[in-house]
Amino acid sequence: MKIEGIKKILIYFLKRAIAIFITVAIAIYLTIVIANAGGYVDKIIEDEIRMNVAMAIRNDPSVRGFTDEQKQKIIENRVRNEMRRRGLDQPFIIRSIYHLKRALLLDLGTASSMTSDSGSMLVKNIILERIPLSILLFTTITIINFFSALYLGLKLSRRYGSFLDKLIVYLSPLSTIPGWFYGIFLIMIFYSWLHILPPGGFIDFPPPPTLLGKILNVAKHMILPVLSWFISSIFLSAYSERNFFLIYSTEDYVEVAKAKGLPDKVIERRYILRPALPPIITSFALALISSWMGAIVTEAVFNWPGLGMVLSRAIGTFDAPVIVGVTVIYAYLLGATVLILDFIYALIDPRVRI
Amino acid sequence: MDNMEFTSSYSIKGIFREILRYKTGVFSLLIFAILILMSIYAYLSMPYEKAKELWNDSQAWLKYPRNAIPTWLAFFSGKNLPKNIYLKEPKEEIISDNPKVIRYTYNIDYTYDDFPSEFNIFLNSSFKENPPNLKIYWINPYGDRILLAEKTQRADKDIFYIGNEFSIEQKFTDYYKEKLGFYPTFPITIMKGLFGDIETQQVKKGTYRLEIEVQFGDKSDTIQIEPIIYGKVYGVAGTDHLRRPLELGILYGTPIDLAFGLGASLSITIIQLILATISGWYGGWVDNIIQRLTEIYMLLPFLPLMIMISLFYKLTIWQLLIVLIILSIFGSGIKTQRAMVLQVKTLPYIEAAKTYGASNMRIVFLYIIPKILPPVIPGLIISIPAYIFLEAILSLFGVLDPTEPTLGRIIEEAFQNGALYKGFYYWVIEPSLIIVLLAVSFALLGFVIDRIVNPRLKEV
Repeated sequence: MKIEGIKKILIYFLKRAIAIFITVAIAIYLTIVIANAGGYVDKIIEDEIRMNVAMAIRNDPSVRGFTDEQKQKIIENRVRNEMRRRGLDQPFIIRSIYHLKRALLLDLGTASSMTSDSGSMLVKNIILERIPLSILLFTTITIINFFSALYLGLKLSRRYGSFLDKLIVYLSPLSTIPGWFYGIFLIMIFYSWLHILPPGGFIDFPPPPTLLGKILNVAKHMILPVLSWFISSIFLSAYSERNFFLIYSTEDYVEVAKAKGLPDKVIERRYILRPALPPIITSFALALISSWMGAIVTEAVFNWPGLGMVLSRAIGTFDAPVIVGVTVIYAYLLGATVLILDFIYALIDPRVRI
Repeated sequence: MDNMEFTSSYSIKGIFREILRYKTGVFSLLIFAILILMSIYAYLSMPYEKAKELWNDSQAWLKYPRNAIPTWLAFFSGKNLPKNIYLKEPKEEIISDNPKVIRYTYNIDYTYDDFPSEFNIFLNSSFKENPPNLKIYWINPYGDRILLAEKTQRADKDIFYIGNEFSIEQKFTDYYKEKLGFYPTFPITIMKGLFGDIETQQVKKGTYRLEIEVQFGDKSDTIQIEPIIYGKVYGVAGTDHLRRPLELGILYGTPIDLAFGLGASLSITIIQLILATISGWYGGWVDNIIQRLTEIYMLLPFLPLMIMISLFYKLTIWQLLIVLIILSIFGSGIKTQRAMVLQVKTLPYIEAAKTYGASNMRIVFLYIIPKILPPVIPGLIISIPAYIFLEAILSLFGVLDPTEPTLGRIIEEAFQNGALYKGFYYWVIEPSLIIVLLAVSFALLGFVIDRIVNPRLKEV
């Protein structure tokens, strides 16, 4: 690839990054407006200020002799001053900009009751420590699904009309049932009935002592969630990829390649797969984005300690700051996913470079 | 996609006739017909409001067994599982006149293979000053007469929970000790004490007798006794942890789910269609705004937002439907539909309409939308299950109105009460199966219609 091409890709990437950032900011702003219609965002910040002020008063030697009532009065006064200093007595339109700035900088306030595993009450810490686990599970799921559907689609398009091909076509309506729903049945079969796989969670307690043992143990816990998403997606995505390949394999240049006597492998890879890649990447992107959404409920079903689990725990304890925080993080995650996929798209689709 | 696709047009009637030519189409229509007929029957036999009230009334189901499995499922277990035994028409003997003491004797022929789940005695008496005092005896096939409890009624309506009395458990442990000659090496539950065989600890089939001696405070006092031995099977669908028969929730929940899915899918698709047509037809800044909004909507964290809104604002399911529609009107469907509009725009009949001076509105609503409607219908139908599952997701997170009986709600309650761990599979499977049936039928129907309106797929 020439320098020229790389420069073009980078400029394209930068443009997309700015566009996506603006879009994410608007999405977060909408979230704030919706959440604050019930006064929740204002309350999150007021609680945080009140807690800081109360701490300061408690450690302040100059107010030691005061009664509780007097202390309370001082606290109220200081909270009001602090709110005014931060501009929180302004009308909502100005306040919302303040909230937006905080959310964009991931300054999400303190949780009302939840704590992170490290003991922090900052919403940012609670959420960020769980993201790697969500990414681990759902990139595994998406990658396994993507490549197996690709492989199966290609094979089916070559053996078009065979028994397996017809079977996949007939089973494709099963893909309307989402992964987490299959998860319920899988838990029922493999845990409640056969007792061979754990019903959920991330690792056994206590965890195995060796590193290899730990990895295998986590993998064992991942079998059911991965399997549930695999069952849910494989039929329809193999079917639609087969259709892509069928359409592309009737092109004239494929016929020419066949006439030249090129081996099947080369034809598949160079003449069918390559041109079909952009639309396939698009479907991959959509799958990845929908997996982020599906993550919430899948993690709740399988007790996987990721982002979705944080959200469901926050719902259970009605922890408003965490709920708003998770929504904000999700906007960022979606933005980042779209950006990365745009980059991959730019790499494989020559039209972007020209 | 080429212009050829838009030259063949179908009427709704034509599509329907075509569907009947496919086996899968007939299958899905049949499933809908069955489910809808069942719901109509339910709604005609009891109005929805009343059913909902009954569903949430904890007192209404006291005489039903808790967590009982469906009758048909018990058939597969190969055992004769107990049903509820309502003891009625006792033999009355007057033991003494002053004070007034009456002995009520019930004979029980117990022939089931498993122990009952509970044993409650419902009392309803009228008294002048002092409530009646009851002595409850149990006579087992061995001929032993055991005093279970001596109790005074606490109010004019009272329930004795025989299965929950620790003192009775103690009595049976003593009884076993005496019979066996040593302290029993196994735990004695009350049900084992009542219906168990002393040697095998299995159920002892035979005739049991319940004797209740009631000593009244005054001669004019009366009492109505209603002992119930609760079974482990009930009805066509079983019962849940609050003793509610599940068929009630399923029958009344299915139409709600259907209406939610259908309403969401239909309104979202139609609004998107109109927006896409306007965007494609007018172009310029209108197009630009709609396209940018679509891009913003694609990055909106839809599910967390839905959860946040329904949690913060405590919406009912129908208010939530409106929120859902607002949150999805600028969905990704607009992009594909707009592409179709751009193709239709160039067709000769639109040119013709323009030349004779048809208004923009007329062209959009009468000429373009009807043309791109058929290819959109399959997507509409296929996306219905997604909204039914959305309802289930929101129920699973417990953010929906808890009084509304929906399929998702039943699954959530089963989860919350450990149905998967305690082995009450029917509780999860029944509502899940209805959802699966709905989802698969909609998908099949959508695929069939897709094949009809997009004839190119027939060849592939």
